[in-house]
Amino acid sequence: MDAINQKKLLDVLRQDARLSNAEIAVMLGSDESEVAKAIEELEENGIIMGYSAIINEEKADENGVTAIIELKITPVKDCGFDDLAHTIMEYEEVDSVFLLSGANDLSVTISGTSLRNVALFVSERLAVLDGVLSTTTHFILRRYKEKGHIFSEDSFDDRGLVSP
Amino acid sequence: MIDYDKVIPQKIRDIQPSGIRKFFDIAQHVDGVISLSVGEPDFKTPWAARKEAINILEKGKTAYTANSGLIALRRAVSGYLKDFIHTEYDPESEIIVTVGGSEAIDLAIRAMITEGDEVLVPEPSFVCYSPITTAVGGKAVPIVTKEEDKFRLTARALKESITPRTKLLILPYPNNPTGAVMRRGDLEEIAEVLRGTDIMIASDEIYAEMTYNGEKHVSIAELDGMRERTLVISGFSKAYAMTGWRLGYVAGPVPIIKQMLKLHQYCIMSSPTVSQYAAVSAIEKCGGDVRHMVEEYDMRRRLVVNGFNEMGLSCFEPEGAFYVFPCIKSTGMTSEEFCEKLIYEKKVAVVPGSAFGKSGEGYVRVSYAYSVSHLTTALGRIREFLEEHKN
Repeated sequence: MDAINQKKLLDVLRQDARLSNAEIAVMLGSDESEVAKAIEELEENGIIMGYSAIINEEKADENGVTAIIELKITPVKDCGFDDLAHTIMEYEEVDSVFLLSGANDLSVTISGTSLRNVALFVSERLAVLDGVLSTTTHFILRRYKEKGHIFSEDSFDDRGLVSP
Repeated sequence: MIDYDKVIPQKIRDIQPSGIRKFFDIAQHVDGVISLSVGEPDFKTPWAARKEAINILEKGKTAYTANSGLIALRRAVSGYLKDFIHTEYDPESEIIVTVGGSEAIDLAIRAMITEGDEVLVPEPSFVCYSPITTAVGGKAVPIVTKEEDKFRLTARALKESITPRTKLLILPYPNNPTGAVMRRGDLEEIAEVLRGTDIMIASDEIYAEMTYNGEKHVSIAELDGMRERTLVISGFSKAYAMTGWRLGYVAGPVPIIKQMLKLHQYCIMSSPTVSQYAAVSAIEKCGGDVRHMVEEYDMRRRLVVNGFNEMGLSCFEPEGAFYVFPCIKSTGMTSEEFCEKLIYEKKVAVVPGSAFGKSGEGYVRVSYAYSVSHLTTALGRIREFLEEHKN
C-alpha cells in the first residue's frame, strides 16, 4: 500500500469502523477509491478479520454472563496445543480462544445466559475433553474498558463546556 | 457604605468580561449539550509527566523554586527552543517559567506598556491582549485580518497601523480562533516593516506544535534582526495537554526579561513546583506523545473542514491550532444569533466569532479537540440545523 499509511488507516478503523470511506479519505488526505482499495487489501490479506460492535453486554442483557476460563492442557506430539484449541473454538458458546504463556495454557471466553449454563458448559464440555488437565473459571463482574472504549455512565471528559 | 464606583477606576470597570465566558453561562443552562467549544486538548497529560509529578509529591519536593523557575526546566526549555525554532536562549538570564502562557503575556505588556502607548493586536485573536493593555493605561489597536488573506497579518495592514506611539506588536500565530499560521515568507514581510524601528514583538506561540500541512512552525525570532525585539511566549498547556498544570514560559532579550522577572517575582514568586518537574519530563520524554496527538488533530481537522464545506458553510483551511473558523454569513444570522439558536435547537455549543474581536463577526469558532465520533455527531446536528433554517 503506497498512497495510504496502513498504520494510520488501521488506527482510524480501530477507533470507529463505521466511518464512511469518504470520511476516512478526508482524514487521511487520500481519495475514496484509494481507501476502498486499501481496506479490501487488508481484508484479503487477513489483517482485517471482520467488523463488530463493542457492546455493553450487561446493558444489552441483564442476565447474560461472560466468563474467562483458563485451561491447563497436555500438548500433543507434532501439533502442540493446536488440536485441542481447534476443538474448543468450534463450540458456538466460545467467543475467543488464546494460547497463553505462563502458568495456564489456553484462555477461553464464553458467553451464556446464566451462571449455571456457563458452569455446566465448563464441567460437561470442556473439563471432560481429552488432554484438559484443569480448568479455572473467572466470571466477569464488570466491564470498565474494552477495545479502548470506556464503559461508564459519567463522561470522562472533565473539561468545561466552553473554555478559552 | 463604600461607594465601589469610586474605588474602582473607570478603565477597569470598562473592561468587558470575555465573550467566551458569556457563552459558557448560556451553555451551562441547557441540558445535554454537546460541546465544540473547548480550547483545550481532549488528551490526558502524557503518563511520563504525570508519573514524574507523583514521584515529586512522594519525595515531598514542594518548596518554592528559583523565581525564574527550576534551572533544569529552563535548560530543557532552552534546548527545546534551540531545536524547534533554531534560536538560542541563555537559561540563566533569558528564560522565565510562568503560570501559563497567559502570565507571560501579562508580564510582557506590563513590563513595556505605559499610559498612551499603543499595542497592535491582530484580530480575530485570543481575548486577553486588549484588556491587559487597557488596564495598564495603554491603547490596544486592533488590526483586522481577513479571510482572503487566510487571516494572516499582512505587511500593508501593519504599516497602516503603526504610529509614533506604537510600542508592541502581538503576534498570535498559530491563531486562536482562526487556525491561521504565518509561514516564513509572511514573517519575512513583517520583519521587513519592523527592522530599524523600536517596536517590540510578543510572539504568542502556544499552539506552535500544532502546525499542519507539512511545513513546520517558524518563529519570527528566527529571522534576521528579530531576536532582539521578540519575546517568544509558549507553554505546556496545548502541546503537552497540560492546561490545568498552569505552566508556560517566555524567552527573550535580557533587558526585557530582567524587568519582567521583577514583576513575576513580586506577584507570583515562582511557578508551581510540581508542575515544573512534570514539565521537565514532558520535554525530555513526551515528544512522541506530542507527535501522536498532532497527527490525531490533523485527521480531525481535515474531517471537520470538509464537513463544513460540504454542508455549505465555507470554511477557510486552518493550518494551525485545533480550531476551524467557518463563515456563517450565508445564514443571514449574526454569529451570536447562530450560536444561541444552535445551542437551543440542536444542543451544540460553538463560540461566536465576535467574542474574538469585531472582525470575528460572521464566523464561529469550532474546536476539534474531541473524538471523531463526537465530531461526526455534532457535525450531523449542525447540518440538520442549516437545513431547517434554509430560506
